[in-house]
Parts: sequence; C-alpha cells; structure tokens
Amino acid sequence: MAMLEVNNLSISFGGLHAVDNFYMNIEKGQLYGMIGPNGAGKTTVFNLLTGVYKPDEGIIRLDGTDITGKSTIEINKAGIARTFQNIRLFKELSVLDNVKAGLHNHHTYSTLAGILRLPSYYKVEKEMDERAMEILKVFDLDGEAEYLAGNLPYGKQRKLEIARALATDPKLLLLDEPAAGMNPNETQELMDTIRFVRDHFDMTILLIEHDMKLVGGICEELTVLNFGQVLTQGKTSAVLSDPAVITAYLGE
Amino acid sequence: MKKNSKIFRQNLITYGMVIAAFIVVQILQSTGHLSSLFTGLLVPICVYVILAVSLNLVVGISGELSLGHAGFMCVGAFAGAFFTKCTQDTITMVPLRFALAVLIGAIAAAIFGILIGIPVLRLKGDYLAIVTLAFGEIIKNILNVFYIGRDSNGFHMSMKDQFSLGMEADGKMLLGGPQGITGIPKNSSFLAGIILILITLFIVLNLINSRDGRAIMAIRDNRIAATSIGINITKYKLMAFTISAALAGMAGTLYSHNLATLQASKFNFNTSILALVFVVLGGIGNIRGSIIAAVVLTALPEMLRGLSNLRMLIYAIVLIAMMLFNWAPAAIDWRSRLKERLKHSRANGKEAA
Repeated sequence: MAMLEVNNLSISFGGLHAVDNFYMNIEKGQLYGMIGPNGAGKTTVFNLLTGVYKPDEGIIRLDGTDITGKSTIEINKAGIARTFQNIRLFKELSVLDNVKAGLHNHHTYSTLAGILRLPSYYKVEKEMDERAMEILKVFDLDGEAEYLAGNLPYGKQRKLEIARALATDPKLLLLDEPAAGMNPNETQELMDTIRFVRDHFDMTILLIEHDMKLVGGICEELTVLNFGQVLTQGKTSAVLSDPAVITAYLGE
Repeated sequence: MKKNSKIFRQNLITYGMVIAAFIVVQILQSTGHLSSLFTGLLVPICVYVILAVSLNLVVGISGELSLGHAGFMCVGAFAGAFFTKCTQDTITMVPLRFALAVLIGAIAAAIFGILIGIPVLRLKGDYLAIVTLAFGEIIKNILNVFYIGRDSNGFHMSMKDQFSLGMEADGKMLLGGPQGITGIPKNSSFLAGIILILITLFIVLNLINSRDGRAIMAIRDNRIAATSIGINITKYKLMAFTISAALAGMAGTLYSHNLATLQASKFNFNTSILALVFVVLGGIGNIRGSIIAAVVLTALPEMLRGLSNLRMLIYAIVLIAMMLFNWAPAAIDWRSRLKERLKHSRANGKEAA
C-alpha cells in the first residue's frame, strides 16, 4: 500500500482552477519530487495535503487513513510535517527550543505541572532536551543549540526547519523548495542531508524544487505540474527527457 | 542542562530583587527613614508591578496588543471587594478573608478573560487592540450602573437606582452604581503586595519556561509554522490571555483593599495605557524590566511633587531616557559592550587569582 495516495484533488479560487484533478502515489521510503513552472500550483498542493486549504473535491489517504479535509493540527498528528518556501522559524526562540516546540505533542505534561514544577516537568523536559539534541546532532546544529534561531545563517535555518518538522515524528515529510537561495556547495550538502534523513529516519519525502540538479540527483520519481494539472509522472530520468516537460519549462 | 541553570539563575535574580526591595523598605520603615508619602505609595507600586508583569504576558510573550487590561483589574477589584463586604461579619480572620478575596478576584477576572478572549482572540494586531479597549470600557460602564444591596430577605439587584432595590429598613448597600463600593476594610499591606508579586512572578516565569510557554512564544513568532507542527493556536492564546487576566484581577483586589471607596471610573483607558507604558519601557517580553519600569514610573510623579511645575517635564524626560536606553541601537550596542567588558574583567580576575 502506498504511503500517500491522492486522487482527483481539486480546488478553485474564484474562477481559477488552481489545482485540478491532481493525483499521486508515493510509496513508503520514496524520495519523490514535484516540479513545474512558477504558479503551476505546487505549493497549493502542499497546502491541500497539510490542511491549510480544504479541497473542493478529491481524496487524500495517508498510510491507508483518509485525511481529506482534516485540520492542519490533525494532519500533523496523523503524520505529515512540512517546511516552507520562505523560511518560517520561531526566530526569537533558541535553536533548541524550535525543535522542542516540534516535540510539543509527543512529550507532554499538564500546565499545572509546568507552573508548579512537579516532578513530571523535570522528567519530560529532560527527555525533550535529549531527543531535541539528538535531532540537532543529525543536522550538525548541536553546537548552535543556544543561539536564537533568527541569528543562524541561511543554510542552517533551512536545516533547522527540517529538524523541527522531523521532531513531530512524521511519516511523510514535505519540503517546499529546500534549496531556494542556496549556493551550489550548500545545495550539494543539502542533497546529502535529505538522503541521510530518508535513510536515518526511515522517512518518505516529497519535495518541491526548481533546482534540476537537486531534483535529478536525489528524486526517484517525479510529478510535473502545469496550470494546476498533472503534465506527466514517472521515473525521474524519463520525465526530465520528456519533450512535453521541456516545452512547459522553456516554451515552444 | 547548562541553559536551564542559566534561566534558573536569571529567575533567582528577579525573585531576589523583589525580596531585597522588601527588606530594604522594611529596614527604612523601622528606622523611620521613610516619608509618609512613600509609605502610602508602597501598595500602589505593588499593584502596578503585578499589572505590568501580567500585561507583559499578553503583550511580550503572547505578542498581542491588549488595551483593556484595566477592565480585568476592575473585575478583580470589584469581585474581591464585594466578597469582603459580604463576609465582613462571618469571616473575622483578616488574612484568610483577604486571601480568599484575592482568589475570588482572580477567578472572576479569569472568567471574564475567557469570555472576552474567545471572540476577541480571533482578531490580530490593531484590531485586537481596539476590541480589547472597547471591552475594557464596557466592563467599567456596566459596573457603573449596577446596584446591589442586602437585607434580611437576601440580595437585591437593580440596574436603575438605589431606591428600586426595595430593601427593608435593615438593608445595606453593597454596590452603589457610580458610587461603587464604600467602606472596604483596608486589608492590603506591603507584605501582602510583595507576596502577590512573588506569586505572579512564580506563575509567569515558570509558565514561560515550560512546554506551554514555548508554544505561546512559537505562536507569537510564527502562527503558520506553529499550526504546522500541531500547536493549537486558540488554546494557547486563550491560556495566556486568561492567566494574564487572572493576575490583573489579583492586582485589582489588592488595589481595592487599599482604598476605602472603590469606583469603576478609576479603571479607565489611562490605567490600561499606563500598564502598557510600563511594559513597553521596561522592554517587551522582559519581566524584570516591567517590574523596574512600574516601580520607577509609579514612584516618580509622586517624588517630584515638590517641583510642581517641572514635574511632568521631568517625567517626560525620564520616559524618553528609558526608551532610548532600552531600544536605541546605540544604547543596545553600548550595553552589550559593557557586558562584554565586565565578563572580560571577571575572567581576568579569575586568572589572576
């Protein structure tokens, strides 16, 4: 059974069919890419998958359970975590606290325990610290744990966002243009990180990207989106050499 | 962990500062160095410190501008004073009665916090500020038209005037509309104020450094990202707002038991703005700064009474100086350099030793 099954997904804003009859199947452990020209509706698909928008039509199944139309929080609890095109970190919190915020629903104690500093507070906070440091270490951010997230350099902010998403213990990780604004060296490093995350956390990853080197380098399968519709789908090498895809990007 | 101990130390300094202030004042008082003017200011200072810290929870930690904080203070003041008036004859142990009054003031304000918070917290930024301002005024005006009395038949309530209560001859007015509550026993003391400040600090500082506080600050920094990792925005916004309202209610009860007569008109827009001034000048999100700003800015106008004409001028200059010290980039730069140098000299000192 596929990890993510999407069928006939559609949404319109006014008269604009932003996403129309979108479909996609992602197997567990796959590294899946979504590409398409600007305005094709890639981020809208992400927003539909994470419950930011409710679809007009269609069905989304995660690991067999129907999550169509659920709220963002429920979908996160069901196992989808994401990063954003324009980085959205908790800038005034420390790097460590950003990841600990991601652990919010997994390590809990009551408000009263927090205010009165009951034993459960110390126990759970310690667990959280350990788990968060473990995740930070994967991204080589453990040395910066005490820094404010907003003071990190750009590339590390991108990594921290992935770390925070992983802290919610998802089954499926959505990355929205992870390489945007990175130089070739940083992109290379990011590719290694993404592969490592997939192997280390046994993760299924869906990413949107414009950087063809990254897409061609790590994605196993691709979906090409154009004007809100699926243009073509399949193995990366086949898709990238498809004349229809080249036309969509470069024009006739 | 290292970080936890650092926060712990910072919090200890804050608690220590309050306790040290208490001891110093006690010593000055016992040796007779404290003017009657300043003695009269002690409880109001405590009230405003609590108010400033509680407002900082909403403005600094939760990141929402609230201009109706005096409204919650008003609810707490009236609920606490009303309770005291009702139980004046039945509960004779004053500290116990006062503690209960504070608790009731806090609970009443918290209930209003929830009721107002549910609709209001859907708004953001300026809109939220305007609506909270309106609610603050509404609370004040509603309390202004309530008449409550008690006689041998029980409670009587009216929203018209005193006579439509229809009380027996033995009836006693408890709440008299614009006249408010009169004859409140003066149960507030500096000690009570300090204890309430410490309770407030305990609640606020521990909340900030817990899972819930992290969620509240995460929402402040980025709403969309916070929902994407499964944080319930409404719940945590409401939590911050309600706890803040409850603490303001506590401040209100302390305030009302320091006055013989309590009128709703005292809790006007100016009081809300005053609390906001403490928060902004003390540093948004900086609890210790709120305390210092509240103390300085409450005491200053009274201390400057001797200068009559120059009083407001000096007050304004102090406001500007505090603003520059806290927020001007040059001042921030200078402060960090000073800190660096202090750290350096301390390290050198250690090496030499």
